[in-house]
Amino acid sequence: MNIIEIKDLVKIYDDKKTVPVTAVNGVNINFKPGEFAAIVGPSGSGKTTLLNLLGGLDEPTSGEILIDGKQMGNLNSRQKIDFRMHNIGFVFQAYNLIPVLTAKENVEFIMHLQGQSKKARDKRSQELLEAVGLGDRMNARPGKLSGGQQQRVAVARALASKPKFILADEPTANLDSKSTETLLDIMEKLNIEENITFIFSTHDARVVNKARRVITIEDGVVVEDKER
Amino acid sequence: MIPSISWKNIWRNRVRSLVVVTAITLGLVGGLFSSAIYKGMAERRFEEALTKEISHIQIHNPKYLENPEIGFSISNPAGLIDFINSQESVKAVSSRLKITAMIGSSSSNYGVNVIGIDPLKEKEVSKLYTTLLSTDEITEQFGISDPAELEKFQADSVGYYFENTRRNPIFIGEELAHKLKIKVRSKVVITFQDVQGNLTGGAFRVCGIFRTENSAFEQANVFVRQNDLIGLTGLEKGSAHEIAIFMNDVEQVSELSALLSENYPNLETSDWKTLEPTIAMMNEMMDVIMTVIIVIILLALGFGIVNTMLMVVMERGKEIGMLMAVGMSKLRVFTMIILESVLLCLTGAAAGIGISVLLIELFSKTGIDMTAFAQEGFEAMGFAAVFYPTLGVDFYIEVTVLVVLTGVLSSVYPAWKALKLNPADALRSE
Ligand SMILES: Nc1ncnc2c1ncn2[C@@H]1O[C@H](COP(=O)(O)OP(=O)(O)OP(=O)(O)O)[C@@H](O)[C@H]1O
Ligand SMILES: [Mg+2]
Repeated sequence: MNIIEIKDLVKIYDDKKTVPVTAVNGVNINFKPGEFAAIVGPSGSGKTTLLNLLGGLDEPTSGEILIDGKQMGNLNSRQKIDFRMHNIGFVFQAYNLIPVLTAKENVEFIMHLQGQSKKARDKRSQELLEAVGLGDRMNARPGKLSGGQQQRVAVARALASKPKFILADEPTANLDSKSTETLLDIMEKLNIEENITFIFSTHDARVVNKARRVITIEDGVVVEDKER
Repeated sequence: MIPSISWKNIWRNRVRSLVVVTAITLGLVGGLFSSAIYKGMAERRFEEALTKEISHIQIHNPKYLENPEIGFSISNPAGLIDFINSQESVKAVSSRLKITAMIGSSSSNYGVNVIGIDPLKEKEVSKLYTTLLSTDEITEQFGISDPAELEKFQADSVGYYFENTRRNPIFIGEELAHKLKIKVRSKVVITFQDVQGNLTGGAFRVCGIFRTENSAFEQANVFVRQNDLIGLTGLEKGSAHEIAIFMNDVEQVSELSALLSENYPNLETSDWKTLEPTIAMMNEMMDVIMTVIIVIILLALGFGIVNTMLMVVMERGKEIGMLMAVGMSKLRVFTMIILESVLLCLTGAAAGIGISVLLIELFSKTGIDMTAFAQEGFEAMGFAAVFYPTLGVDFYIEVTVLVVLTGVLSSVYPAWKALKLNPADALRSE
């Protein structure tokens, strides 16, 4: 059973002023639960676009995305927000955290939106921050954390609502090699131990090496998809 | 949690927020304090006019109001007075003779209203007798503390309310005393036409000099005993031109005046609003004017807040995009931004109202003394030259509501801009 099915996905950016750009051009990919997959490709190849479509942040021009067999295209914008909140965890390249909240509060944020009890939030946020190695920095605000630590908080935040999978668009792009390694080790550990599906895009060869499946796209087309 | 985020967001740009808060604070202190001065002036004037000048209700012969001739008196006032006295809402009634006359001293003559009263009954209706200065007040107002001088001042310039003068006492205002160049115990002559149209008059001796905050009133009215006056007029004993009523509660005025108009259709019953329409209007307009002042101030501040909140939304575009991406609904984003603006405004309001309350409280005790600048100007218009600012709790509540409204209205456009953000675009790091 596939957790995600992408069928003939096309995204054409057309602002009616400049020439239309076909960022994703007929992509077909399936993901199974528990995958640890990297989407790689040169700059402008359509990685971010693909992940945005997958996360429901953008509308495809044509084609469809099924998550757990459900058509994403059938949801209205409110249902989509709700769907995202409950099913998808996001880690972005930057601006992941709310600067005025502590690490712990950031992790609890979505659980708050979901209306979970304080007890449940406390327990889960502590567990997750410990899992990403920040058990001692729970009350620090993002400004007091390093870039790598901030990305780890973002991973913990993405996991907090127990999503079906996590989308991470270049999560290590702003990190030095040491922080990159730590973050990937944590993601890998969570993937293996907790069976959490990760789909991330990257430029970075070291990150690619960690992935168990590598999907290469060029000019919006999948040119290679190999499991390792 | 959203209110807490909004609150914390305010302090991300401390300087900018403090500038806005300070602007709101200063604007409100200015608006509230000046409103309190106006309100204090209006209330003081209202109080003075009702307790010392016009009382609550007056009854006249309608012809007298058109043309105040001595003959247009109220026929059989005794029955009317009994009827009024039997009303529970009435505190006191005084019947008055009121004649236009010339008053003359050795130096000059002036036209005045000579009002013939029963001093004891009049005391119940008008507080004019309380304006006779005590020794303490003389010391305070005129800086006289030497006991001998104090005594002399009191004997010459203050006097008594119809006491200590056996024959024909007359109670006059300070302004008139100045013009006539007379003191207590001075003799004045009153001249007027009696009922038959013959010139008549009498000599009176000043028993006391009253001081009000309305120099026009001080100059235009003198008081004598009804019994001393009636003989000169040729009117029947017990006649009255004016019946003045003071109520237990000003709210009961309209009820009684309606009753009187109904039962005495041949007489003209006028309530204080008819007698002093300017005061009635001032009383009603004051709240409107105060609200308008505050609204104008808030409107000006509102534009500043729109600007600030637009900057906030622009600066945090990516963050707002992220929040929407991870599951914050549009309604919540909207609320978060509106709340930030409202809390910002409320912070300013709290500071502004707090400072205003302190200032108003302080000056309502000490007064703001303008005598050095324009005592005569104010008193000529009937206003005290010392202001005692005052504001009701309801006005503070009204202002707080207006401030919240300003916060909401001035952030609607910025918040709407935030909703237009597409998370995918906002998050694209360029
Ligand atoms: N909002 C947009 N409007 C128009 N064109 C866009 C828009 N977003 C992306 N594109 C174009 O779509 C193509 C794919 O962009 P995308 O950001 O998905 O690439 P990417 O693989 O993520 O690149 P990078 O590695 O630099 O992040 C590019 O040619 C880009 O210029
Ligand atoms: Mg990209």
